Amino acid sequence: MTQAQQSAPVIIVGGGLHGSSTALHLARAGVPALVLEKNYIGRHASGVNAGGVRTLTRHLAEVPLSLAAQTIWHQIQDWVDDDCDFHHTGQMRVAENESDVQTLQQRLKTMHEHGYTHEEWVSAQDVRAMIPAITPSIMGGLIARGDGSADPYRTTRAFRMKAQSLGARVMEGIQVQHIAREGKDWKLQTDQGLFSAPVLVNCAGAWADKISAQFGEPVPLKAVGPMMLVTSRMPHFLDLVVLGTSRALSFKQRENGTVLIGGGRPAWTDRDTDQTELDFRLLGEGARVVCDLFPHMKHAIVNRGWAGIEASMPDGIPVIGPSKTMQDLYHAFGFSAHGFQLGPIVGKITADLITTGKTDLPIEPFSIDRFKAPADASTASAYPFPL
Amino acid sequence: MIAIHTCELLVVGAGPAGLAAATLAAGLGVDTMLLDEQPSPGGQIYRAITSSPLRANKKILGEDYWSGESLIGPFQASGAKYEPGATVWAISRMTAPELAGGFEVGYSVGGEARMLHAKHVLLATGAQERPFPIPGWTLPGVITAGAAQILLKTAGVVPGDRTVLAGSGPLLYLVAWQYLNAGIKVDALLDTTPAGRLGKALPHVWGFLRSAYLAKGLKLLRAVKANIKVIQHVSAIEALGQDKLEAVRYTANGQQHTLQADQLMLHQGVIPNINLSQAVGVTLRWNDLLMCWEPQVDDWGNTNIDQIGIAGDGAGIAGAWAAEHRGRIAALEAARQLGKIDQARRDSMARPHIDAYARAVRGREFFDTMYQAPDPFRLPTGDTVVCRCEEVTAGQIRETVKLGCPGPNQMKSFLRCGMGPCQGRFCSVTVTELIADERGVSPEEVGHYRLRFPTKPLTLGELASLPQTDASRQAVVRLKKPV
Amino acid sequence: MYKRLPESEQAMTGHAVAVTINGEPVHCRQGDSVAAALLAAGHADCRDTPVKGVARGPFCMMGVCYDCLVTIDGQPNQQGCMIQVRPGMVIERQQGARKVMA
Repeated sequence: MTQAQQSAPVIIVGGGLHGSSTALHLARAGVPALVLEKNYIGRHASGVNAGGVRTLTRHLAEVPLSLAAQTIWHQIQDWVDDDCDFHHTGQMRVAENESDVQTLQQRLKTMHEHGYTHEEWVSAQDVRAMIPAITPSIMGGLIARGDGSADPYRTTRAFRMKAQSLGARVMEGIQVQHIAREGKDWKLQTDQGLFSAPVLVNCAGAWADKISAQFGEPVPLKAVGPMMLVTSRMPHFLDLVVLGTSRALSFKQRENGTVLIGGGRPAWTDRDTDQTELDFRLLGEGARVVCDLFPHMKHAIVNRGWAGIEASMPDGIPVIGPSKTMQDLYHAFGFSAHGFQLGPIVGKITADLITTGKTDLPIEPFSIDRFKAPADASTASAYPFPL
Repeated sequence: MIAIHTCELLVVGAGPAGLAAATLAAGLGVDTMLLDEQPSPGGQIYRAITSSPLRANKKILGEDYWSGESLIGPFQASGAKYEPGATVWAISRMTAPELAGGFEVGYSVGGEARMLHAKHVLLATGAQERPFPIPGWTLPGVITAGAAQILLKTAGVVPGDRTVLAGSGPLLYLVAWQYLNAGIKVDALLDTTPAGRLGKALPHVWGFLRSAYLAKGLKLLRAVKANIKVIQHVSAIEALGQDKLEAVRYTANGQQHTLQADQLMLHQGVIPNINLSQAVGVTLRWNDLLMCWEPQVDDWGNTNIDQIGIAGDGAGIAGAWAAEHRGRIAALEAARQLGKIDQARRDSMARPHIDAYARAVRGREFFDTMYQAPDPFRLPTGDTVVCRCEEVTAGQIRETVKLGCPGPNQMKSFLRCGMGPCQGRFCSVTVTELIADERGVSPEEVGHYRLRFPTKPLTLGELASLPQTDASRQAVVRLKKPV
Repeated sequence: MYKRLPESEQAMTGHAVAVTINGEPVHCRQGDSVAAALLAAGHADCRDTPVKGVARGPFCMMGVCYDCLVTIDGQPNQQGCMIQVRPGMVIERQQGARKVMA
């Protein structure tokens, strides 16, 4: 490998959606980054998540980013030459009982207080009209009509391909072993030789804490494996993506008729060996929620289950932004269960930080040094929702 | 409330390996449970041996089949517990509750979920037919030779009109012979064993000459060739028809022929059932002679997963006799691990079974070389369907490799190949080999589908009937109380 | 077309199980799988595939190919080769190509 191939203006560790998105936005700005991916693009969280394109009931801090991302999603074909199978069917969180109604109404109030109008209340009657298959005892819902879902692997791949077409480089099957700062450069020792770049981006997902810890910024990242189930094809009965309020559920029917069931219940994972084991008793709990909400689903046939390995932060929001200890190091990780929709914008944020030194989106709540102080109630409070 | 059984040893599969293993283990005082999908014991090779309507005329199926009865009586008298009609869909170890003392196994009987706690699991799930991807192999009227044999054994159902058998290997000739015994006409047997293959297999013939298969095999072969038109060295086969099979077109010695046909039975060997093994974490390796994925086991059936053993054809294709002996060897090892016997006793009790196993596998290398499925029938092209469930073709797969898809798991995401209900059982080896062929690397390097539980589908209602998780593991990623 | 050997016919005498296949009454043998009963009654195919709507029938008879999927007593996606016939069972060809929202 030549000297030129071993260096790049920016190296991005991690070829998931966030890494690929960062590469795309940098490429659009004329900066040809090199992505180093230890497995293959979209192998982990990015390729196997529920594909929810969601602004609905986001943590308050994420809302402005999510709304900005949504603009990109609605023009995704123009950005990555692929529609990513994005269907903007809307997402709704449903109220099973009076307590859920209160929770959702309170959320709506918070949104309006902050000037956000993308979430709307839907009456019980209207929910039943929009979702005829739902239990008649449903009490209402909160909807974001511009939301929907897309194909996660296809999306991640589209970002990668577009980035490459604009000058980015991607290497797969390459494991970063050690990173050091030497003068103005980052030196990355890998299992395929030495790489260097003046700027480093940490998009290493469930392994990102290993990089941040190396440079004096340890974070309480937890590698988790939210479980997914998919059924065999069923007659069409649902357009919207449905989420639970006090009971965890994410539920959607794809165009091909299969139904995807999530909810974030964790599999056993071992991030060092890329192993996961599904927890069937926990899946059983999710199945009970589905059958309560959609009684006809008790006959649905579960064809497959899986769990990706994702990075979860204790306050439910990711780490985004520059390192607080090192120059020219940027982080974007910790998105478990809510990173897919943000992918298109977080890459832009990181690219803007690198090329201009600033971003016009409010990223202070995502700062990596927030874990040093005791948990701040105001950042933790506004995300009461399960998946 | 769902029933949760307990046992020390769970044996999955009631073929010769599973029956022999469960019988021996129970005899040593191991609390043993045998779960099997079929309604009665015997696996596939001895399928329906306790219920076949052909018992009235034993010469149809032949003495090798009926010799399997010797496994049934001892099993039924052994004290081992047995649940027929049981489909295992999950074997949990890391997520099993502590009280399980090992594994929590999820399975279904009659559409209802059940659970079992076991300390040791012996997988004896046997083999399945190798895929035989030819144009038209998905047409109604095309079945496997194994399926034809199952129809014969279980129901006495046979083809009534124009029937063609095609492929290679002893089972194909066995089915032809059994049909002859039943007075069923077979229009042709298209043998795909390539010319010159005998020469290739010859170095292994010494083992074959000393094996028990020799006399039987030759006699059977003679009877079939005397009574059925056998066409040798068939190098291409197509099943033709609109909504069902109407004709079979084949090439032999450079000439193309067409036969009208209503039934086509395909067979080119069997491959291990690996889904349960792989999902539980057993390492697989590619067997270059048998061209299939095999779990890695030691001489005692142990795998890389503690307390999980594999015996019989599910550990590697070696036939019914070998499966019995391997089952007993693995049962002895399980009994040792469960503390019923010590190593010395295990070793001395195993001696006769190890010797019997060695005799049973004499000649395998000859067979395996002789009947290795030929390239044209393992490496399809064009519109030939590879993934039957999702209707993905060889051409699509080859094209996708050219677009940069390097392995079967990414292939799933690109084409849905392998995502259907059979979970790759009928496409896995083909997909691995096609990718290897396109990339110019070994199948071992290409790898295999990453399989997970549930290894067989179950309903959401069954899943909903499972017991609650232990309170200590109540956890949902970021489920918090509303503020 | 498939048929029953005399031994199979004999086993049915006095013990036949009455089912319907696509509305037609059929007698089969106690112990037959649904797939065997279908083939013995002259049905080579039992469903249309969901992706391309082509006809399929039983293939492996041992529960691994999932091609013998039929609707039994109103429930779709039942493996015919793994389920035994029961008196009064209603067996119907499965329509696989489903109309979904564009």
